Amino acid sequence: MATPTLEKMEEAAAASPYITVTFRIRRFNPEISDEAQWQDFQIEIDPKERVLDGLHKIKWDLDGTLTFRRSCAHGICGSDAMRINGKNRLACKTLIKDINPEKPITVEAIKGLTVMKDLVVDMEPFFQAYRDVMPFLVTKGNEPTRERLQSAEDRERFDDTTKCILCAACTSSCPVFWNDGQYFGPAAIVNAHRFIFDSRDEAGEQRLEILNDKDGVWRCRTTFNCTDACPRGIEVTKAIQEVKRALITRRY
Amino acid sequence: MKIHKYDTVIVGAGGAGMRAAIESTKRSRTAVLTKLYPTRSHTGAAQGGMAAALANVEEDNWEWHTFDTVKGGDYLVDQDAAEILAKEAIDAVLDLEKMGLPFNRTPDGTIDQRRFGGHSRNHGEAPVRRSCYAADRTGHMILQTLYQNCVKEGVEFFNEFYVLDQLLVEEDGVKKSAGVVAYELATGEIHVFQAKAVIYASGGTGKFFKVTSNAHTLTGDGQAACYRRGLPLEDMEFFQFHPTGIWRMGILLTEGARGEGGILRNKDGERFMEKYAPVMKDLASRDVVSRSIYTEIREGRGCGPAGDHVYLDLTHLPPEQLDAKLPDITEFARTYLGIEPYTDPIPIQPTAHYAMGGIPTNVEGEVLSDNTTVVPGLYAAGEVACVSVHGANRLGTNSLLDINVFGKRSGIAAAKYSQENDYVELPENPAQQVVDMVEHLRNSTGKERVADLRLELQETMDACVMVFRTEQTIKTAVEKIAELRERYKNVSVQDKGKRFNTDLLEAIELGNLLDLAEVMAVSALARKESRGGHYREDYPNRDDVNFMRHTMAYREVGADGSDSVRLDYKPVVTTRYQPMERKY
Repeated sequence: MATPTLEKMEEAAAASPYITVTFRIRRFNPEISDEAQWQDFQIEIDPKERVLDGLHKIKWDLDGTLTFRRSCAHGICGSDAMRINGKNRLACKTLIKDINPEKPITVEAIKGLTVMKDLVVDMEPFFQAYRDVMPFLVTKGNEPTRERLQSAEDRERFDDTTKCILCAACTSSCPVFWNDGQYFGPAAIVNAHRFIFDSRDEAGEQRLEILNDKDGVWRCRTTFNCTDACPRGIEVTKAIQEVKRALITRRY
Repeated sequence: MKIHKYDTVIVGAGGAGMRAAIESTKRSRTAVLTKLYPTRSHTGAAQGGMAAALANVEEDNWEWHTFDTVKGGDYLVDQDAAEILAKEAIDAVLDLEKMGLPFNRTPDGTIDQRRFGGHSRNHGEAPVRRSCYAADRTGHMILQTLYQNCVKEGVEFFNEFYVLDQLLVEEDGVKKSAGVVAYELATGEIHVFQAKAVIYASGGTGKFFKVTSNAHTLTGDGQAACYRRGLPLEDMEFFQFHPTGIWRMGILLTEGARGEGGILRNKDGERFMEKYAPVMKDLASRDVVSRSIYTEIREGRGCGPAGDHVYLDLTHLPPEQLDAKLPDITEFARTYLGIEPYTDPIPIQPTAHYAMGGIPTNVEGEVLSDNTTVVPGLYAAGEVACVSVHGANRLGTNSLLDINVFGKRSGIAAAKYSQENDYVELPENPAQQVVDMVEHLRNSTGKERVADLRLELQETMDACVMVFRTEQTIKTAVEKIAELRERYKNVSVQDKGKRFNTDLLEAIELGNLLDLAEVMAVSALARKESRGGHYREDYPNRDDVNFMRHTMAYREVGADGSDSVRLDYKPVVTTRYQPMERKY
């Protein structure tokens, strides 16, 4: 049982791990001002901690008015997508040491959705696009008494897109979405993909028609921002390409 | 203040709340009030699976599942409820599959099943493959599938509405539910929801511990709202400590890792569970494994410079198996610890995980105001509730099951009640208590800070009422909690605004945690025995003569306005199984 990584980690933990880090946060509170502004906070933090831990230190020790959403704190609930050093990430899955703590760490709300306060955006347009693609299994005929059968291969076909946590990191990293909020955006297409390629589903045609719309998949310019942004490692651009191909071939 | 009128109101949009909503929306005009967007709920963090005796891969039946549940709960389980849980498990899993849940499949195309702690063939002979799963993200798939079906059914959600008060009105000498009062996070506005039926499905209380697998938002809001209105809380001393949390962080690493063949090892590399549970070994029930880990640590066989953890070893499993069956937890190890689970063992420690106790209900989800009396129009399901199917210790995979079986039951029962009954008239100034509380916190100039009190509470709970407890440690907790509750009166917030005031929200949540911590500690002090998740070093044996009974805790308010916890007890429902010594 080899433990080299662990021993290194434990040695590092034994020394005082704290460093001083500057968080540069885009603040906005319309109750106070219509203008957003950057504000710097200095905190002591272990570089192995998360950006979310840093935000909590600021909120709990320095400024209780700092506002952000979070819940599970380990990358599964999708609450804390934000723009960290210019890239969309989950604050709870980004460790301080991985984003160059020597320079100020910039944190701002994700783009393309209306900012309500500090890092909190209006998620409603995002969820509306999701709801518009019929994100649920549609079947015809009588229900079987037992489970529907599905081969392991058929199950694997759409595995990647079942991982989506609806954090909006992909959609709000997409230049097309920034310029035109009518575009469904990557997350909605990912969730359509999840059903189009599910062998049990019988509404693929309908979903494809929805995505054939002028605000549908053809708006995608294949910039791969979404794939880079996805905290779940979903190959978002590939999923969009598969939907485009299905629209042309009508095979899925 | 706005007043809304719905037939049925559901508080919380995790697994239980959304499963209830799917039933209730078909039958009655339903609103779901949720502190978080539904897909943020902590059901999504559940990993390993959902138990049901489908017998897809080996012989199994619901009676064996019932027995395991009763034994796992150290005989504090109400056996009529456990039987329903195990019987209805099969349909609950099939329902989810038909709703679209992408379960892992067997070569025949049926739902695949794997081993899990405490689930056995023929009353403890050997581990059985009973857990239906989707990799190690079963909870995520359940939450997504239920949300998808809520979209399909057109369920009406009020997102980021935080329920702060349960309205109870006496009518014809009976205390009935009239509705709830909620705080809208986006605007700071107070809303009253008048409803014929209310279902609480707001989850657990784990944030009163420091090392916990629970989300920041799991602050016992539903339990506190009911408790403050005089309703009892059942078996609050029973809290589950999951054996495998990531060291110091508490992030859950599924028991499914051991179901797939993972092994716990101490600093000498010894597979220590062989000593404590010769048959089930690493798959003994969670309370047994957590105690074994701490025994190893206390006796000097813990790992690391401080000897404060043990290892979860997956290095003997093929990387393909880890990638296919445990992709998320192996990624957690890489992300948060910088460890490669293919080659290195993962440092773990027990983490506060699940409240077995909660709002007492019967098997229809109806809330009880004492040992037998139902509160008309009031329901609860999931972790917020205590049916009691988990008794003194819940088996892994039985919580995803619980939320589906009793979520569905309560949704059907509440909608039926709404159809057959009229509204109860709202009390005068229904929002007064909430308005007073919110205004007090917003305007307070006290010197105490939420973050300080919360940390002191969490450190106290970790030190005093975790895996091992004694009279002395519990008394220390009781005294400290009393001090913190006193100091809480002088808590103030920095954010005085109306819009998305999460500073205020955290202050309210802390108030809930403090009240519930008190209930837990007082209940634990009185239970002078060891059973399931409640282990008293000063009373190391189970005492069926004196304590084979549920604790019922009530809030008592004195003439001077001060409050205290009064304890009463309720008999356990025993049908098939007489208590036996518990060995794994």
